[in-house]
Amino acid sequence: MPIVHAFGKALIGGIPSFHDGAMSLSVERPDTRSLPSQKPIRLLDNAGHAVHGSATGGFDLPDPATLLDLYRRMVVARRFDVQVTALTRQGRLATYPSALGQEACEIGAISALEACDWFFPTYRDSVALLTRGIEPGDILASFRGDWHNGYDQHAHRTASQATPLATQALHAVGLSHAARLRNDPIVALTMLGDGATSEGDAHEAFNFAAVWQTPTVFIVQNNQFAISVPLSRQTRAATLADKAVGYGMPGFHVDGNDVAAMFAVTRAAIERARSGGGPTLIEGLTYRIEAHTNSDDPTRYRAARDVEHWKRRDPIERLERYLVSEGALPEDVRTEIADAAEQVAADTRQVMTAEATIDPLELFDHVYANPRAALLEQRGRLAAELAEAAASGSTPAAHAGAAR
Amino acid sequence: MSATRTDARPEPAASAPATLTMAGALNAALRDAMAADDRVVVYGEDVGPLGGVFRVTDGLQSTFGEDRIWDSPLAESGIVGTAIGMAMYGMRPVVEMQFDAFSYPAFEQMVSHVAKMRNRTKGRMPLPMVVRIPCAGAIGGVEHHSDSSEAYWTATPGLTVVMPSNPADAYSMLREAIESEDPVVFMEPKSRYWAKDALELPVRTAPMDRAVVVREGADVTLLAYGPTVRTALEAADAAVAEGLSIEVVDLRSLSPFDDETVSASVRKTSRAAVIHEAAQFGGYGAEVAARVTERNFHHLAAPVLRITGFDIPYPSPKLEEFHLPTPDRVLAALATWEWDLA
Repeated sequence: MPIVHAFGKALIGGIPSFHDGAMSLSVERPDTRSLPSQKPIRLLDNAGHAVHGSATGGFDLPDPATLLDLYRRMVVARRFDVQVTALTRQGRLATYPSALGQEACEIGAISALEACDWFFPTYRDSVALLTRGIEPGDILASFRGDWHNGYDQHAHRTASQATPLATQALHAVGLSHAARLRNDPIVALTMLGDGATSEGDAHEAFNFAAVWQTPTVFIVQNNQFAISVPLSRQTRAATLADKAVGYGMPGFHVDGNDVAAMFAVTRAAIERARSGGGPTLIEGLTYRIEAHTNSDDPTRYRAARDVEHWKRRDPIERLERYLVSEGALPEDVRTEIADAAEQVAADTRQVMTAEATIDPLELFDHVYANPRAALLEQRGRLAAELAEAAASGSTPAAHAGAAR
Repeated sequence: MSATRTDARPEPAASAPATLTMAGALNAALRDAMAADDRVVVYGEDVGPLGGVFRVTDGLQSTFGEDRIWDSPLAESGIVGTAIGMAMYGMRPVVEMQFDAFSYPAFEQMVSHVAKMRNRTKGRMPLPMVVRIPCAGAIGGVEHHSDSSEAYWTATPGLTVVMPSNPADAYSMLREAIESEDPVVFMEPKSRYWAKDALELPVRTAPMDRAVVVREGADVTLLAYGPTVRTALEAADAAVAEGLSIEVVDLRSLSPFDDETVSASVRKTSRAAVIHEAAQFGGYGAEVAARVTERNFHHLAAPVLRITGFDIPYPSPKLEEFHLPTPDRVLAALATWEWDLA
């Protein structure tokens, strides 16, 4: 089943699914005693040429139709991300952690996941949520400040975006273990950052998953900064994928700006997990082009030339060079994709410029399954305040349009 | 979601009264809950072949198998964090923390996710799970084995926190906690694990969220929970000789707080004291004293007292008897009120 675009259209033109068995898989259990290659696995180099030999790690380049679809998804994701950053600068959102430059990691990994599987994202993975089919307004409700989460977890089989680092990785392990106990062929994929690998919960999640052999895929997006702190202050390991060896789990160090490699390696890990082969740790080596969030000032901790260096390794341009050289990106298709991206941006602008409907009394409605007497009492007090303010015409701005 | 609930299965027929310890009653509650509902899974440290360090899970693995009850890696955040994921998938995990000072590594998962998930997701993602925490002291435990951590959990909106004081409540409240749609912190007073009662199972006592008057009296209300219910009852016995009639309320549920039952008792006696093992400063008794006073000030003849452990880290085994509230200390505290003015 294809992943469906946020607005109901299948993103994949002409391909029923990524998962129709057309591609070769590396489902056999890899050696878990040897360190992953220190040279990242790469299927397309920065010039857009197909890579051959040992650098591919034995993974095959996805077919042109799949690559075209990944390209489309990345272009849409990039336009969305840029639009949301602009809206944040205009004050429409409280904050927005951009994934600009990380589209290959985000889109390559999430596109390998089936609709029946579960996704456990972090706050930086909004573009993966968009690709998963979640509406822009629902993704951004939390960053606008309407509520802590704005989408239906069950409808999209996607947990709320976790803010406390690495905590969601344990949820992914627990959910996928439960599915396994139920004999449901469900995989859980979670994303975490390089900084998060220093957290105790990352260790516990990797270890529980390996001991229990849960169908879990850990995508570590190594964007090289935890807010301002570089990777060298997080780890002495040569690569973050090396950590997998200590848990007895396969680890892959992947060029995180090569969407073809991210997709192929993730898909193989998902299929291995689904077939009972246990968890996999995948590190995508990428770079956070934007600041941590709009309230960050990256000029205080990194040089502009480093950012420029990575901008020249842009994941979308890389794939575009390949598709163009293969004659797989005709001008009309490129235009159509650009138009689709503009449409997503326009829809995002529209939904984020509209006034949010918030209801202060809802504050009390979801804390417990059964309302508590003390909360009903407090709810009554707030309702009286709101009614009084409304009656006197002095409705505080914070409560505007809110009383019910 | 293929999880099926086998609640069509009948409850085991009530057995003839048998003498059970609190640990035995908890074991029976887990056994009956696992038999009644195949979504119930149990895991933690040493809960499998060993049956738990307090034997609360004794024999369950041989009955239900390793897919229903198993030993997890030794990591409390991992235990609670994975239980969240299992509950998200429709299971009803019951996890054990072994000792309450060992629950602290799970603090982030408890406070940031267990307590908040339902609210964050507007009720779409409830977390029906139970975190069992053997708690409190008086068992001669070395450091980190006798803490009273209840105030950390009760200060966290979104958590339901209960503590039984006797075997019947232990059985009934654990069954109810496992059936709850919300996460429950189920605190088990270690010093009461070996307390015995004659029980007919399956027993159902008062609802989990209600306090219970366990001894009626006219002059003073003692508010106690878990291990201090016995302390309060012993103080009440001793007070009879002094002509003092003490009512004892077993709070049972620390969050939510049963204002109705407590206020009714306090308005009858017009004097109240709360007893707990935990330190006084910022402890659970502070909340109890404040809300009892707020709601009943004009019915009170004296300030609400707190009879608690000292404001010190929990002492070593040879010193704990000097720290814990005793019946004598309770009566001495009550004597500080100006009774002649009443």
